[in-house]
Amino acid sequence: MTALIELVGVAKTYAAGFRQTTTALSDVTLTLSKDVPSTTAIAGESGSGKTTLARIMLGFIAPTRGEVRYRGKNVQRMSGAERRDFRREVQPIFQDPFDVFNPFYRIDHVLEIPVRRYRLAHSRSQAKALIEDALKRVGLRPQDTLGRFPHELSGGQRQRVMVARAVLLRPKLIVADEPVSMVDASLRATILDELRTLNRELGISIVYITHDLTTAYQICDNIVVLYQGHVAEAGSVERVIRDPRHPYTQLLVSSIPLPEAARSWGREEIKAEFAAPRASVGCRFAPRCPHALDVCWSELPPRFALEPDRLAACHLFRDLPLAPSADLAASFAPAEIPSPREAGRGLG
Amino acid sequence: MSEGEANGAGAPILVVEDLRVAYDTLAGPAMAVDGVSFSLKAGERLGLIGESGSGKTTMAMALLRLIRAPGRIVKGRVLLDGRDILTMSVGELREARLRDIALVPQGAMSSLNPVMLLEEQIADGILAHAPRTPRAELARRIEALLRGVGLDPSVARKYPHQLSGGMKQRAVMAIATSMRPRVIVADEPTSALDVVVQRQVMQTLGRLQGGLGAAVVLIGHDMGLIAQFADVVGVMYAGKLVELAPVEEIIAAPRHPYTRLLIDSLPSIAAKKRLIGIPGLPPRLVDLPPGCSFAARCPYAFARCRTETPSLQSTGGNRSAACHLYPEAQALPPLGAASGEARP
Repeated sequence: MTALIELVGVAKTYAAGFRQTTTALSDVTLTLSKDVPSTTAIAGESGSGKTTLARIMLGFIAPTRGEVRYRGKNVQRMSGAERRDFRREVQPIFQDPFDVFNPFYRIDHVLEIPVRRYRLAHSRSQAKALIEDALKRVGLRPQDTLGRFPHELSGGQRQRVMVARAVLLRPKLIVADEPVSMVDASLRATILDELRTLNRELGISIVYITHDLTTAYQICDNIVVLYQGHVAEAGSVERVIRDPRHPYTQLLVSSIPLPEAARSWGREEIKAEFAAPRASVGCRFAPRCPHALDVCWSELPPRFALEPDRLAACHLFRDLPLAPSADLAASFAPAEIPSPREAGRGLG
Repeated sequence: MSEGEANGAGAPILVVEDLRVAYDTLAGPAMAVDGVSFSLKAGERLGLIGESGSGKTTMAMALLRLIRAPGRIVKGRVLLDGRDILTMSVGELREARLRDIALVPQGAMSSLNPVMLLEEQIADGILAHAPRTPRAELARRIEALLRGVGLDPSVARKYPHQLSGGMKQRAVMAIATSMRPRVIVADEPTSALDVVVQRQVMQTLGRLQGGLGAAVVLIGHDMGLIAQFADVVGVMYAGKLVELAPVEEIIAAPRHPYTRLLIDSLPSIAAKKRLIGIPGLPPRLVDLPPGCSFAARCPYAFARCRTETPSLQSTGGNRSAACHLYPEAQALPPLGAASGEARP
């Protein structure tokens, strides 16, 4: 497998006061293939390190340990030309569709800049055609969108404009950090379906950062669940979300508010994160874990291979073999064999 | 639900009658709340659900008479135990807020004063109602309130920035329940929180409500969350209440086409499916088209829907829906069969 992007032993710590550090992210190795477009969810609550992981992947912040390689090149040590290509091929989509627009410019501006900067078009009419095609791909009508100011569009429309901007550049990878958390429930479905379509039709790999496991299940093939910077569980969504085994993932899945009359939440309250002491050594989840063993308080759990397509970092599975590789992708569901057309494009 | 004016057990604590709120714009008044009526008994939980722009937050604000210009309450009554909040004097209104009806606002992050200690902010409301509360008693009450929402009493001596989002939301709930209100209006109290924290916060709100025997109006856009919390669900669209029914029934068999599409648009973890949103956008509230506001997006729409506005009518049992399919239809027909069907 040729790698598109590789995270190798990536960790990020922040200074937190005098001689203290906070680990935002600890030891993540993840390889995404260049040949097979993938959809990967990174899930966890706030403080889990999921946004840190996204920002490291995008090259916005440098990891404290480890490195990120894009097409084999360390993202932090790229030449100007390499960095330009990287910036074109790896596109971010941010959470807040209100903050990313300059309110003084029309919508056209945010779409014209990449066309100009990357010289995507040789003429005005070609640029217009490119922009209109990108807008249509995300379900927006160019005549209703272009020429408008950001405040004239709804949150959902603005977020689609951001997806269109990314699509314009025909990226290899889109890193979407909570792209629909500020969009109405009825529109979320449409936007996420569009992301999935981009993956299938244009062969764009998607990294979807979220705390919402239902949408992660719907659009991604594989998932990495983070808790306080550590990988709790990773593997195919069929395993991890349909049948969670790590106690933290179980808590997450059981907390999904489902529109079902049979209430899954139950009446008893669960332990709040601040009600529990923060573990310094050992499993980060131990203070909240209903199954914590003595060893959980003293030793960081290694990653055990529960199945070929799932690993869990939990001492409950200490009788099982260790995960075969540090690379989380080694515990993902095997990729679907790409159609000849897509394979050809990937190699080309 | 709407009958039963008699006193005693089962009498509604909150009655909203034909409430209309408009925002004056250059293009004319936009009716953000357009003739909404419902009633609520003590201990009942009503969930009001709608997309952004459906008027649900305006509704919450109107219940506490917090509408400011360019918004204005055009008409209607909000009866709290028989007294109309909308016609009270300013003095009476000050007394009623927090003591009788309290708001848990949207976005706890921006609802707390960043330069005041939490204890000062909790004391603020209590002292406004009972200025002579002795210090020791005040401290005792603040401690009890914080414990009540699952926070450590030491949080009293902290500033908002020292708390996490879930803790701030709990602190806001401590303030809202400080005068033991009989009606709590919660406007998307968990919109910025993670699923686990969201569940904890909602369970805390449920416990507080149970302890006080208060009625709750929960406003939100997440059908899943509403289904987990509410007893009765009201669906709002373009300022109108289009369906009102007990939660089990509305989930199992929605009557209004909009409710059906809203439920269908939710992703689930039961099976992978193509995600389908509701096509189109809600109408602009100024110059609404004639007829049903949802007709343009409705797969069931027929000629009458585009000319005549449906009003909320009973669809059997204690359910009601504002849709021309009723009373002829017994239930919402399957989606495929309905489209393009011409009806009398």
